[in-house]
Parts: sequence; structure tokens; C-alpha cells
Amino acid sequence: MGNLVLMASVFAASFVIGYLLISRVPPRLHTPLMSMTNAISAVTILGGILLFSVETTVAQKILGALAIALAAFNVVGGFSITDRMLKMFHKKEPPSS
Amino acid sequence: MGNFTAVFALLCAMAVVLCEHSVREPIIVGLALVAGGVVGWLIAMRVNMIQIPAMVAFQHGAGGIAAFLTSFVELTRNQSDFVFVEQWSGILGIVIGAATFSGSMVASAKLAGKMRQTPTILPQHNAILAVNLIGLVAFGILAGSSVGTPLLYSSLALIGLSILLGVIFSVRIGGADMPVLISFLNATAGLAASFCGIIIENRLLIACGATVAASGSILTHVMCKAMNRNLFKVLVAPNVRTTTTTPLPHDSPVQAKPPHPSIVEECREIVEQTCLDRAVDAATSANSVIIVPGYGMALAHAQFEVVRIANLFLARGKKVRFAIHPIAGRMPGHMHVLLAEAEADPDILFDLAEIDSQFQETDLVLIVGACDVVNPAAINVEGTPISGMPILSAHEAKKILVCNLDDKPGYSGVQNPLYKNPKTILLLGNAKEKLSKLIDAFN
Repeated sequence: MGNLVLMASVFAASFVIGYLLISRVPPRLHTPLMSMTNAISAVTILGGILLFSVETTVAQKILGALAIALAAFNVVGGFSITDRMLKMFHKKEPPSS
Repeated sequence: MGNFTAVFALLCAMAVVLCEHSVREPIIVGLALVAGGVVGWLIAMRVNMIQIPAMVAFQHGAGGIAAFLTSFVELTRNQSDFVFVEQWSGILGIVIGAATFSGSMVASAKLAGKMRQTPTILPQHNAILAVNLIGLVAFGILAGSSVGTPLLYSSLALIGLSILLGVIFSVRIGGADMPVLISFLNATAGLAASFCGIIIENRLLIACGATVAASGSILTHVMCKAMNRNLFKVLVAPNVRTTTTTPLPHDSPVQAKPPHPSIVEECREIVEQTCLDRAVDAATSANSVIIVPGYGMALAHAQFEVVRIANLFLARGKKVRFAIHPIAGRMPGHMHVLLAEAEADPDILFDLAEIDSQFQETDLVLIVGACDVVNPAAINVEGTPISGMPILSAHEAKKILVCNLDDKPGYSGVQNPLYKNPKTILLLGNAKEKLSKLIDAFN
């Protein structure tokens, strides 16, 4: 149960920190922000990889591989699109952070 | 920049996970990684900025599906050593992940124009939604209290119901409410990842998921506030308004007018020419200009013309500013991305709160593909869907130039009195063509 408390506090702390940090993002960067958080939410890819850390059945292999492939799609796609957008934003302004 | 930090952090996390746990099937894992990654990269490189909202929605969906598959597999094997909380977070991960997946697919199809953008209201929509939710709760309890085969089957039922839930939920949302939906899905995708993290006991996953959920919630809140509507009204009980109104301007993307008899055509041309002349006069004599872009600018791909005309004004020593309403477009920050693509000077982009008081002293407002966000009915008229919504007070300017597709109401279905205002010059039609003509004449 100690584990549970830890997990709950990790969730709460991250939510609060995320809230504080992201409240400061100006509206003009909201689209890249969403695209980047979208990519971050695909850390489920770790979950997918962990599925393969024990013996798996054929069905589990298929589902696991599907999960990994889609999460990889999300991660790579999300980050590269964010990168493209941010480059556009940086064309004319000095880097701010 | 933050983006690279995030990529780096994620790579490190992956390395740590791979070191801690040996992977039994490196080939499958590797192939899946490469396949997904390559496809994601290829699409991300080709997609243009107009398609960004659809693309982001699609990726929310991919994240959702990954979360619910992982939760499902993890939940339905070696259940014996799960504690209560893990079993329930697995179930929540499945439900939220699957609903996010199907909801995002619908949203993406709508944004990409593959589906009608207007809300689709099924007969007895709320009843269906309620039955679906009851079913979810029932199977949820069943899954939460069982192990082995019953758990497997109730999880499968949960997946089915959740997918249905996502569809029922998001078909009813459309048009200008899309920014809320897409932000909301952003939050649920994060939540699904977080629950998925609890079941596999991975703190990193929980932390990332929670951060994303927080970010999505903020965006959802910002969008709702900008429309002066609460989340519940937008998502669960939208007005039935749009079912009765005439076809909305955003639906028919430009062009394709029925052939006119020659006389009508001639009259129309004369009127158009007059309007264009008046527009050029207004543009020439104005000393300060505010440009208000909207979703129509995205539809007509007119952002480059808009920025060109802004630069022309600037070159003639006029004061030019962009006024960007938070809900303009189909996702938070949509207009900023398009204008950045066209290399607009970021220093002349202003938000609603910053610029709203400036309209009175402005000679000319140029509206490009925006309707509801400049509709004075939001202030003057009670009881419309947009009443009380903060708008850009374009009607206070000395002259108003409207480059919209037509003079039909915007997504809200509320007639815009601005079009009838004597100060207004209408340049109806494809904004890209109209602006090009204006630029040519202006030069």
C-alpha cells in the first residue's frame, strides 16, 4: 500500500507542477504545446515495451506490438510536428528560452 | 528548447526501462518501434499547417489506443498479484484510453473534412449516452470484482462500450466547439497514460500522464472561458441550435456556385467591382488597421495573402495589428501557427484582452474568414448561443472590410448584424482570391 501512496503523490505532484508551468505558456504557443504534450502522453510506449518483459502469448504479442507501433507513431509524429512548428515561430524572433 | 529536452528525457527513460527489464522479444519490439516511428515521421514531415488540428487529433487517438491495449494486456494476465487499486486503474485505463481513441478518430475525421463538421445528433442521443454509461459502470464493477475469464470478457465488453462512448460523445460536437473537444481529448489521453502507469507501476508514466492531463485541462478551461460556456454545456448538453439553421458557411469549402444567367452575373460583377473599389479606397485612406483572422482563413489557405497585405500596409507606414480571438480556428493557437507559417511578425499579434479596447481608434478592420468572434449580437442580443461570449469589437472601428465566403451566419447560427452595418464593405467569396485582387489593386 505504501506503493499506492507513492503513486498517488506522484500523480498529484506532477499535476500541480504541470498546471503551474503550463499556465504560463502564452496563447500563441498553445498549438505546439498541445502537440508536444500529445507526444509526451505517448510514454505509454514504455508500458508497451514492458509487456514483453515476461513470457507472452501470441495474442498478447500482437496487441503489444500494436501498442508499441502506435505509441511510436505518436511520439515521433508528435515531436517532429512540434519541432516544425517551433521552427516557424523562431524564424523571426530571438530564442526566448 | 523544451521540445528537445522532452525528447531526450523520453529516450533516457526508455533506456532505463530497457536496462531494468530484459525484453523477451527484441525483434518484435524493435520492428514495432521502427514501423510506428517511420510512419509517424513521414506523416509529420508531409502534413501542412492547415491539417495540424486533424493530425493532432489523430495522434491523441494513437496515444489512447496504445494506453488501452497496454492496460488490457497487463490487466488480463497474471491478475492474481494485483491489488484492488491496480485492477481499477487498469479498468479506467481501458475505458479512458478506448474512449479517447474513438473520440479522437471522430474528431480527426471531422477536422480533416472526411465527416460533416456540424454536430450529428442521433435520435434519443442523451438516452443512448445514459444507457452506454450504465453499461460501462455495470461491466466496470463486474471487471473490478472478478478474476480470470470473467475479467477477460468484461474487459472486452468495456472496450466495446468505451469505443462506442467516444463516438457518441464526439459526433455531437462540431465546428467552433472543436477546440474544446480537442483540448479535452488531450487531457483524457494524458489521464489514460497515467492510469496505464499505475497498473504497470511505472512512476514516470504516471508523472508524464498527469502533466499532460493538467495541460489538457488548462487548455480546455481557457477555451471554455473564451466562449463563455461551461464544459458540461459544450460536451454533454450542447444546444440543439445548429440543427435548424441554414447550411453553415464553414461547411461548403469555397467555390462551386450554380451558373448564373448572364444578367445576374453582370450585375454581380458590377457590385463586386464597386465593393473592391471601395475596399481599395478604405485600405488606402486608413492609417491604422486591425486584421481579424478566423477559421475561414485556414479553409481558404489565405494566411500568406493576409500577411502580404499586412506587410504592404506596414511598408506604407500604417499601423497594423492582428487581433486573435482564443477560439478562432479549430484548436487552441491555430491562428498563431498559420500566421507563423506565413512569417507574420509575432510582435504585431495581439490577444483579445490586449487589443479589444483599440478598435474604437482604428480606421479599418479587415476580417478574414471570421464571423462569430466579431458578432456584436453576442453583446447586444440576449438568448443566442453566443450571448455573453467575449468578442472582438470590430463594429467599433471606423470602417470594416469583411473577406468572408458568404454573409451567412457562422457556426453558432446567429445572424451577424455586422454585415448590415453601413460602415461595412463586403468582399464575399474565396478569401485568397479576393485578397489577391485587393493586393493587386492596392499596389
